[in-house]
Amino acid sequence: MNALLEVKNLKTHFFTRQGVVKSVDGSSFSIQKGEILGIVGESGAGKSITAFSILGLIDPPGRIVDGEILFDGKNLVGLSEEEFRQIRGNEISMIFQDPQTSLNPVITIGEQMMEAILYHHKGVSKKEAYNSCVEILKTVGLPAAQKRMKSYPHQLSGGMKQRVVIAMALLNNPKLLIADEPTTALDVTIQAQILYLMKKLSQEFHSALILITHDIAVVSQLCDKIAVMYAGRIVEYGKKEDIIFNPLHPYTKGLIECLPKLNDEKKRLYQIPGIMPSLLGLPSGCYFKDRCELADEQCDIYPEKQEIDGRILFCHKVK
Amino acid sequence: MPQSEVKLLEVKNVQKVFSVKVGTFEKRDLHALNGVNFDIYKGKTLSLVGESGCGKTTVGKVILGLYQATKGEVIFRDKDIAKLSPSARGDIQKDIQMIFQDPYSSLNPRKKIKTILEQPLKIHTNMSKRERKEAILSLCDDVGIDYSYLERYPHQFSGGQRQRIAIARAMMLRPELILADEPISALDVSIQAQILNLMMDLQEKYNSTMLFITHDISVVKHISDYIAVMYLGEIVEYASKKELFANPKHPYTKMLFSTVPDIHTPLATESVLKTGEIQSPIDLPKGCFSQNRCLYKEDSCMQTHPELNDLGDGHLARCPLIGKF
Amino acid sequence: MKFFKNEAVVEFFEDKLAVVGLVIFLFLCLLALFPSLFSYQNPYDLTQLFLENSFQPPNHNFWLGTDEQGRDIYSAMIYGLRISLYVGLASTILSVIIGYTLGLISGYYGGWVDTIIMRIADIQLSFPAILIALIIMALWGQGIGKIVIAITIVNWVYYARTARGVVLSEREKDYSQSAKALGMSNFGIIFGEILPNTTAPIIVIATVRIANAIILEATLSFLGLGVPITQPSLGSLISNGYQVLFSGYWWASVFPGILLMVLVISINLIGDRMRDVMNPRLKR
Repeated sequence: MNALLEVKNLKTHFFTRQGVVKSVDGSSFSIQKGEILGIVGESGAGKSITAFSILGLIDPPGRIVDGEILFDGKNLVGLSEEEFRQIRGNEISMIFQDPQTSLNPVITIGEQMMEAILYHHKGVSKKEAYNSCVEILKTVGLPAAQKRMKSYPHQLSGGMKQRVVIAMALLNNPKLLIADEPTTALDVTIQAQILYLMKKLSQEFHSALILITHDIAVVSQLCDKIAVMYAGRIVEYGKKEDIIFNPLHPYTKGLIECLPKLNDEKKRLYQIPGIMPSLLGLPSGCYFKDRCELADEQCDIYPEKQEIDGRILFCHKVK
Repeated sequence: MPQSEVKLLEVKNVQKVFSVKVGTFEKRDLHALNGVNFDIYKGKTLSLVGESGCGKTTVGKVILGLYQATKGEVIFRDKDIAKLSPSARGDIQKDIQMIFQDPYSSLNPRKKIKTILEQPLKIHTNMSKRERKEAILSLCDDVGIDYSYLERYPHQFSGGQRQRIAIARAMMLRPELILADEPISALDVSIQAQILNLMMDLQEKYNSTMLFITHDISVVKHISDYIAVMYLGEIVEYASKKELFANPKHPYTKMLFSTVPDIHTPLATESVLKTGEIQSPIDLPKGCFSQNRCLYKEDSCMQTHPELNDLGDGHLARCPLIGKF
Repeated sequence: MKFFKNEAVVEFFEDKLAVVGLVIFLFLCLLALFPSLFSYQNPYDLTQLFLENSFQPPNHNFWLGTDEQGRDIYSAMIYGLRISLYVGLASTILSVIIGYTLGLISGYYGGWVDTIIMRIADIQLSFPAILIALIIMALWGQGIGKIVIAITIVNWVYYARTARGVVLSEREKDYSQSAKALGMSNFGIIFGEILPNTTAPIIVIATVRIANAIILEATLSFLGLGVPITQPSLGSLISNGYQVLFSGYWWASVFPGILLMVLVISINLIGDRMRDVMNPRLKR
C-alpha cells in the first residue's frame, strides 16, 4: 500500500546571522491513510518546523535544502505559493497550539468557516456552506451550534475555540490533518475531550493525523506510530507499542521515565539531566551524549541508522 | 484538619468579587472566590488543584497582596493581610514570595539576571554590595545556574533555565511561604521533572512552606503533603495527599483523575464528552456548583448548595451524596 | 564596540536606503552645527548684504543665487536648516518627555487620571494639528521658543497614546506584578521596570515625527506665523521666494524647498527602517 505522505530525508535549515540552524536535519517518516503519527520532542527539537515544511510555510531565512515530501505521490518540495494555497486548508489542514491566534477576532465564527469552504469550492452556494458549517460544529460537540455561528471568538472558552478550530480544519474533508500541540494551552479535563474528539473524527473522516506534542503520554493514548525527535533529528521511530512499552533509545526511555505517574510511591521524579543543546552549538557525535548515562567514546561519532524489527533507531548502545 | 501541625497561614472565608464589563455599558459581578477556607502548615506543601477559571490563581494573588479580598481574612503572623497591598504590608511581605507560571513574562526582558536577582535584596535588606553578590552566588549553586548567566539577559535562556532563575529570585529573601502558580505547566515534560525535583530539594534545604497551584493533578503526587481541589471559587475536596490519591470522594475529583493522560491507560471514551466545561463565575448556578458536570446528580443537587462535610481523618468533601453512588 | 554588535543596529545597516538617509541626515546636522564653516556670508549680518546684488541668478559668486536684499540663498539655507533642525529636534524631545511621562502614568494608574489625560488627547486629536498650532501662534506671536512650545503641544498626544497602549499590556505582565509583590513603589515600577520595555515604539514614532515637526514649522513660517523674519528658517525662505517665484526668480524658493525635501526624506528613510528593525511583530 502506498503511503499518503512520505517524508524522505527532509532537511530544513535556517540561515541566520549567527550561523546555519539545522532545525530539521534528515527526517524520514511516512503515514498511511487513516493512521495517526505522533512526533514527540522538546521545544526547539524541530517538530513544528517539520510541519511547516510539509505545508510550505517556511519563510526566509529558512529553506528546505534537501529531501522530498511525497503527498499522494506528488512532491510538495518546490511547489509555488499558488499551488500550496490549493492544498492548504483543503487537502492538508493544520491545527495550531493557540486557538486564540488562529481565529480572526473581528469576524464571526460562521463567516470564517463559510469563507474557508467558499474559497476552495467555487460552486457551493452560501446556504449549503452554512448548513455544512452547522453540521460540523455539531460533530465537534459544540452546544447550540446555530447560535455559535453568530458568535465572535472572544465569546467562547478556550476549549470551545479549539473545537471550532478543529471543525474548520475538517471542513473540506482533508486527507491529512496536522495538529501542533493542540491541547497544550488547555486544562487536563478539556484536553481529554479534545484528544478523544480528534481520534474519533479522524476515523470518521478517514483522514490521517500527525500529532505534534512534547507530552509523550498524550501521544501514547492516541497514536499508531511515534517519531521521537531530538535537536533536529529523529532518534527513534516505530510502532506505538514498541516505543512506549519497550523504548530502546536512552532519550525515549528518559522521556517515559520522567512522567509523573499516579501510582508511583517514589518521592523524587526521574529526570533527564541537562538541557537540549542549542542548534547553533551542537556537539560532535551523538547530540544526546552529554545527557546520556550510557555515552562513551564510541558516541563521538553520530550513530548510523539501525533497523530493529521495523523500528528505526539511532544509537550505538542498542544492538 | 490535623491538629499536630503548626499553622503558618490561615485563609478564612475569603471572597473576591470582580466587576466586569459585559457589553458596552452593563457591568456584572464575577464571583471569583466564594468563601475559601484552608490552613497552610509550617514546612508542608499544600497543593491547590483546579481548572482555569476556578479561582486558584486568585487565591494566590490575594495571599501575595496583588488582589485585595472582598471579604474574609488571611492571617499571617497574627495579622490579617487580606486587604493590604504589598507595600502596605511592610516587613511581612518579604516572607511571602511567588513563582509565576510563565517564565517568559515573569523576568523583565530588559534587565540582566544579576539585576533581577539583586532586586529583592535591595528592597528588603540592608546588605552591602558584596554581601548581596555572595548571596546571589550561593543561590546560583542551589538552583543550578552557572555564574556566567548573571551577566546575560532573560531572552538568552530556555524556559527551564528561566524558571530556575525565577525560583532563585523567589528564594533570595529566604521566604517562609512560597506561592508557586503553575510553575511547570509552561515547560516541556522532560524539564518539568527537573524543576519539580529542584523545588523539593530547596524546600527541604530551607525548610520552607509552599502553596503549589496547578491544573494537573498528576504532578502534585510527589510534591504535596495536603491537597485541596477547587471548583468555581470554593474548595470541593480536601485531604492529605495519601488519602486523596488512594480514596478520592468527590465526583469532580474523580473526573480530574480520569482525564489525566497516562501511558498505561487507554484514551478516555465517549463519556469524557459528558464532563463538559467549567461554568462562568458570573452566573453561579443554584444548588451544587458542579451539577452540570456530575454523572451522579440528583434533583436535590439543583436545590441546595452543599456544605463541606468532614468524612473523618481530615478528609473533607462538598457532596452530600458521597457513599450513595 | 558594544553598540555596533547590537542586533538591531546591525540590522539597521543592512538596508542601503536607510544608510543613505542616515549619511545625508548626519551631513545636514554637521552643516547646521557649524554654519559659519560652510557658508561665505552671514545672512543675519546686514552689513554683509548689498542691495546691488539682489536677485542674482545662480553664478560663481552666489552658487544658488540671491534674494531681493542681495542675501546669498546658499548661506541663508544653511542658517535656515539650522533653525529648522533645532525646532524639529527641540520640540520632539520636549513632546517625548511630556507625552511619554503622561502616557506611562495614564496607562499605569488608569481610573480618573487616565480619563482626564486621554480625553484631553482625544479632544486635541479631533482638530487638525495645523489649526491648533496656528491658533497658538496667532495668540502668542512669532518666536523660535514659542514655535517649539506650540509644536510640542501639538505632538505630545502621539507619544502619550502610544505609551499608554504599551503600558496597558506591560503592566499586566508577570514581571511588573512581581515587582509590585516585592513592595516596590509605583514610581519605581513605572520608570524602573516598565519604561525600559516601552522605548522601541516611542523611538520609532519620534524619528518619524521629527520630520513632521519640521514640516509643521515650515508650514507655519510659510504662512508668516512661525519664526521671526530676521531669523529665517527653511519655511520662511520658501515663503519669501514664493512671493517672487512668478517674476522669474525661481531659485529663491526652489532651492530651500529641495533642501527641506531632502531633509524630510532622509529622516523618513531612517524612521521607516527603525520601524522595521524595532517592531517585533514584523520579525519572525
